[in-house]
Amino acid sequence: MKRNSWSDYQKQIADDHYYYARSCIRQNFFPGSEKAFIDILHDDLGRDLLDDPKHSSCTGIGYHSDIVPLETIMTVVARQFALMTEAGYEHFVSSCITSFGIYSEILATWAEFPETEERTREYLYKATGREFRKPTSLAHTSDIIFHFREQIAQKAKYRLVNVATGEPLRVVEHIGCHYAKIFPKSGIGGSEFPYVLAGMIESWGGECVDYPERRHCCGFGFRNYLVQANRGYSIANSQKKLESMAPYKPDFIVANCPGCTMFLDKWQYAIAEMEGTTYGEGGHGIPVLTYEEMAGLVLGYDPWKLGMQMHQVDVEPLLNKMGIEYDPAAKYLGRNGKFIGKPASAVVNCCATDTVYDIRE
Amino acid sequence: MATINFGYSISKPRTIDIDRNNLRKSNEILREMPELQTCIGCGSCTAICTAGNLTDFNFRKLHTLIRRGEYQGAYEEINKCMLCGKCRLVCPRGINTRGLMLLIKRKLGDY
Amino acid sequence: MKRAIIIGGGIAGMQTALQLKSQGIESLIVERESELGGKLRDWHVLFPSFTPAADVLSEMRHKIHATGIEILFSAQVADFSATEVRLADGRTLGCDAVVVATGFSLFDAKIKEEYGYGIYDNVFTSADVERMLNEGRVTKADGTTPKRIAFLHCVGSRDEKVCQSHCSKVCCITGVKQAMEMKRLFPDADVFNFYMDIRMFGPGYEELYREAQLKHNIHFVRGRISEAGPTIDGRLQIKAEDTLTGRPLRMSIDMLVLLVGMRANDDNTRFAATTGLQQAPSGFLAPRDLFLSNVKSPVAGIFYAGAVSAPKSIGEVINDGSAAASAVAEYLNA
Repeated sequence: MKRNSWSDYQKQIADDHYYYARSCIRQNFFPGSEKAFIDILHDDLGRDLLDDPKHSSCTGIGYHSDIVPLETIMTVVARQFALMTEAGYEHFVSSCITSFGIYSEILATWAEFPETEERTREYLYKATGREFRKPTSLAHTSDIIFHFREQIAQKAKYRLVNVATGEPLRVVEHIGCHYAKIFPKSGIGGSEFPYVLAGMIESWGGECVDYPERRHCCGFGFRNYLVQANRGYSIANSQKKLESMAPYKPDFIVANCPGCTMFLDKWQYAIAEMEGTTYGEGGHGIPVLTYEEMAGLVLGYDPWKLGMQMHQVDVEPLLNKMGIEYDPAAKYLGRNGKFIGKPASAVVNCCATDTVYDIRE
Repeated sequence: MATINFGYSISKPRTIDIDRNNLRKSNEILREMPELQTCIGCGSCTAICTAGNLTDFNFRKLHTLIRRGEYQGAYEEINKCMLCGKCRLVCPRGINTRGLMLLIKRKLGDY
Repeated sequence: MKRAIIIGGGIAGMQTALQLKSQGIESLIVERESELGGKLRDWHVLFPSFTPAADVLSEMRHKIHATGIEILFSAQVADFSATEVRLADGRTLGCDAVVVATGFSLFDAKIKEEYGYGIYDNVFTSADVERMLNEGRVTKADGTTPKRIAFLHCVGSRDEKVCQSHCSKVCCITGVKQAMEMKRLFPDADVFNFYMDIRMFGPGYEELYREAQLKHNIHFVRGRISEAGPTIDGRLQIKAEDTLTGRPLRMSIDMLVLLVGMRANDDNTRFAATTGLQQAPSGFLAPRDLFLSNVKSPVAGIFYAGAVSAPKSIGEVINDGSAAASAVAEYLNA
């Protein structure tokens, strides 16, 4: 695809010294991704990053579900900034797209309506005695990986290439709505042709798939999936995307938003169990990766240390295509070789789950 | 395979999908009555409609949907029309709306 | 002998020069290109009569050459006053009146990123279609014949997102005209026009619109296309709302034609700042008033002709040229 417009949207991304804000849900669904981000920055890129245990949820899910008022979320965000200020950092990086959208929106609100910033400072001081400076740069963690994509490419152990055929892997990139749809200028490449994930894919040897519903929302929508009765409408959006991308036979999907990654992965299971439809090779699912997992695989991290056994759709076909060395039997062995339990077999999965881990059990 | 009930079903799209719709009947209707294509959506037919004032019958919307290949339920819907002919009097584009009603019924009898 | 300088050698400038000549006033046309005709050079046929643009242009050029009106080609104007025009190369030309006939710029369709102009092969602008018609070869990017074509009205017009709030006026009828031309070239193709309002302001326009619907079975869908994406077979998928049924609509198409609007020249801002002219909110140069002095600028001795003051059709631009010439004559003879 001729993405000639992406360079019109450039944002300042700091080179070093990041204050890291985690996501609420990623640690459950893609638990190795945030650890991988920290390891890649520390070990592979030699960058300084503070993973501060004191920071909290941004309360974005509560805010988008109408249970956290605007004043409250502003104060919570102000507290994160206060922790960053106290720790001596000024480059704020967020692991979550919802949070990134929240931070961007609140900073814009404070710029537009300075009285709201004043009120927030007052609330924060009364509640906690803290004061804060606003970050000099705000980035999503996918921006940071994008920023270092060429350095990662230089250190790459594997490429996004099918080792059997030598062909580039076909990758569907999915960008979280709140990455650039709220403020197109805050995203690399803008909102229509975002380049943040595409740039990584291209630098690491893969090929992006552009398909009719590429820009469509995954359907996460907070209150829409939280309420069981609304889930049919939420899942229908993921289904629309999967149907639209399936003819392109993608080797995997990569997303930069916690909710999208989870939904595009787990809804494949739900759709298969409800309607019997699957979208990947051989009647199974399409593997869904986070960008940290994608970077981790390229850098030669062990897939199970990246937490990829927690995916709904098995990633082994992708690992095999990339020629990655891994121990299939170690899939469900967690830290220190402890068996973490195994899921029941499902239509979207393709690996014989009965044999692998019992060997070591 | 046995399907699992998770307590919800996947919503069906309400998009008019021109690729999926079969426009054959619609084209037949337009061939017999090409002036239907000149409708400017003014709504005077619906405003004056005897049925439209008492039911949700909307002739403008109905024939627009038929032109897009959305035939489902159109035949039954037209049963609400009392064939009074007032719509034809008010149509600024001179469309034979009453004749159209009969034409649609004839063409879409199967739907 | 008093002389007027006409900035711009398009239709407006040419008509102004011809009318001044017939009233015995000398003029000099300052044209930045190496030939006369402006944007009309790139157009195929004119609405609503399908008159070849070349016929209009060659007759006007012929008259200009026959009357020996002086023309300065490849000359870029830096700034001007009522008595002096300074060129970018440093030359200064003296005069007694100036007619600004610099026209408009075409909206750059790339700015509406959601339609993928310049990214997807089968997205075209109305100007591209005219060029293809002139070249005698209208095809998809791969050289094949389109089976389904969609026109989108108001690209870069009535759109606050791209700072173009005004109506470009001529795109509606251009969309109807080009849709009919497509239907004549490809009788089996389905042609859809997506519009917000159809504004048929001129003589014969509404009749042409009706003919497009009645005789050519061109579909008009009231709704703005929200985005275009690629399909696996190299075509395009478009989404819109069919607002008259209240339902979203999607379809795949072979060609998407964006009816790009007329936007004010970037030069207008500089001219306004250095010369004391006024810009309308749309960026076009505002005449002294819209009725009795609609070809006069607020500055004595500076006049407007053509689309520099607002989007206009060719017929209107020609009238404007005549009106501007009369106003100049009245000013110089006073």
